[in-house]
Amino acid sequence: MSVLLIAEHNNKEVKQFTFNAITAASQINDDLHVLVIGKNADPVAKSISEVPNVKKVIHVDNDIYENYIAENYTPVILKLSENYSHIICSANTFGKNLMPRIAALLDTSQVSDIIKVISEDTFLRPIYAGNAFATVKSTDKKKCITIRPTSFDAAPTSGGSAEIVKGENTDPSENTKFLKKEEIKSDRPELGTARIVISGGRGMQSGDNFKLITAIADKLNAAIGASRAAVDAGYITNEHQVGQTGKVVVPDLYIAVGISGAIQHLAGMKESKVIVAINKDGEAPIFSVADYGLEADLFDALPKFLEELNKLNTIQK
Amino acid sequence: MKILVAVKRVIDYNVQIRVKEDGSGVVTDNVKMSTNPPDDNAIEEAVKIKEAGKAKEIVAVTVGEEKAQETVRKALAVGADRGILVKASGTVEPLAVAKILQKIVEKEKPDLVFMGKQAIDDDCNQTGQMLAAILNWPQATFASKIEVKEKVLEVTREVDEGLETIEVSIPSIVTCDLRLNEPRYASLPNIMKAKKKPLEQIDASELGVDIKPRIEQIKVEEPPKRKAGIKVSSVEELVQKLKNEAKVI
Repeated sequence: MSVLLIAEHNNKEVKQFTFNAITAASQINDDLHVLVIGKNADPVAKSISEVPNVKKVIHVDNDIYENYIAENYTPVILKLSENYSHIICSANTFGKNLMPRIAALLDTSQVSDIIKVISEDTFLRPIYAGNAFATVKSTDKKKCITIRPTSFDAAPTSGGSAEIVKGENTDPSENTKFLKKEEIKSDRPELGTARIVISGGRGMQSGDNFKLITAIADKLNAAIGASRAAVDAGYITNEHQVGQTGKVVVPDLYIAVGISGAIQHLAGMKESKVIVAINKDGEAPIFSVADYGLEADLFDALPKFLEELNKLNTIQK
Repeated sequence: MKILVAVKRVIDYNVQIRVKEDGSGVVTDNVKMSTNPPDDNAIEEAVKIKEAGKAKEIVAVTVGEEKAQETVRKALAVGADRGILVKASGTVEPLAVAKILQKIVEKEKPDLVFMGKQAIDDDCNQTGQMLAAILNWPQATFASKIEVKEKVLEVTREVDEGLETIEVSIPSIVTCDLRLNEPRYASLPNIMKAKKKPLEQIDASELGVDIKPRIEQIKVEEPPKRKAGIKVSSVEELVQKLKNEAKVI
């Protein structure tokens, strides 16, 4: 049977992690169908139809799907589910909110946040904030799976021409209403997919001091991250949080500034290719995962860091 | 209004996790156990709503072995009125917990069910959404702010792009983020008082739900270790290493 992937998008563009999920889903079974639920989301359906791994796009369009509400998505997916062996989406806040609702109504025990497909029923997933890896086998007939997007490469976005078929909408829920979304627009790369991430922690001491981080992020075209302590203290907003209960990032370069390195933070960044730690406490656990550790006061080190970057003739973008 | 709060006993968040040599799981013997951190936020929020005069009763419930009643006692010490321990041994998957909680909801008829957004042991992030699904109730997940209004809740949710606000009708399920509030500590007199509060014990087998695991855990292993890095002595050296050795900038 085929695999059904639920696309995440904003009605205009496909969210990047959908392409990572496509890779994971096609490792399970190459007969991959993608479901797009939205309002005037034709451009989304079209983009996905151009992904070579995708065999079919099912597009359900209605005004009621302008905003993503799990209660409204779920019945559409349940109606389609009988033709599929696996239902899949990303393990970000979109998929974490949606998939268990589907799984419970299919009487399936969901497998969350997989980082590797071993076979069509067996997967690897981190537990205990990534301090252990569990190999698990689903014995349910229908499988509901969320995938950790940063553990799979993004699928190529062009070259395919899957057919797009229209699907039917279902009645909206009367009990859940979308009121507003406060989305912070930024020209910076997205935290989840950025090549370089620079993060600040409690050591930054104030929100204002984050401008030291911002200046370097601008220079390196990096995304800005933060530890939970920094978000809790109000230095920076929640969407920047990296860690067990925030975002998982796997950039080429992760620079942790004034972050002690609690296991909950390490859970979100320790798979990064190169890790730099700048901290004045030489005993901070962050140094145990850092490829390059600099024991220094960040208020001296960050301006110097920017100065040294400015001296370089070229910087990779 | 009545609020049911589900809590879970997990390995304390400060404990360094050790994987058992035989690959059957992680070491739990003689390891400090605590309430799952965001479940503390769930209890705190319920208590605040009660203190504001908007709820009459708070019932704390957990599913697990005999010792899990410590977690319920802690909730009672912080302000829950009654406790329920649903006894079950071994792994109880989120779907099974949701089915057990469904039975408790049918019996207790709460207006709201609160719980943490994720347990820090299995990191599943499923139970609240599953319970909402099988009750056909609305769900407000990853809540960082809850306003109780007439017949509805206005909930601010932490999502990848920032903050989203939704309105859900009551009854509903809310899963709580760590930023929802600052959980209080139980005072010694309240810990003593909590010992006298009612704590009902129910055997999961009496509830008539299938809680057999559906996911087979084949093995648990240590994640690959990062190889040790080096300390650099200056910012200049750091930038040179990043440019010429790691070649990432």
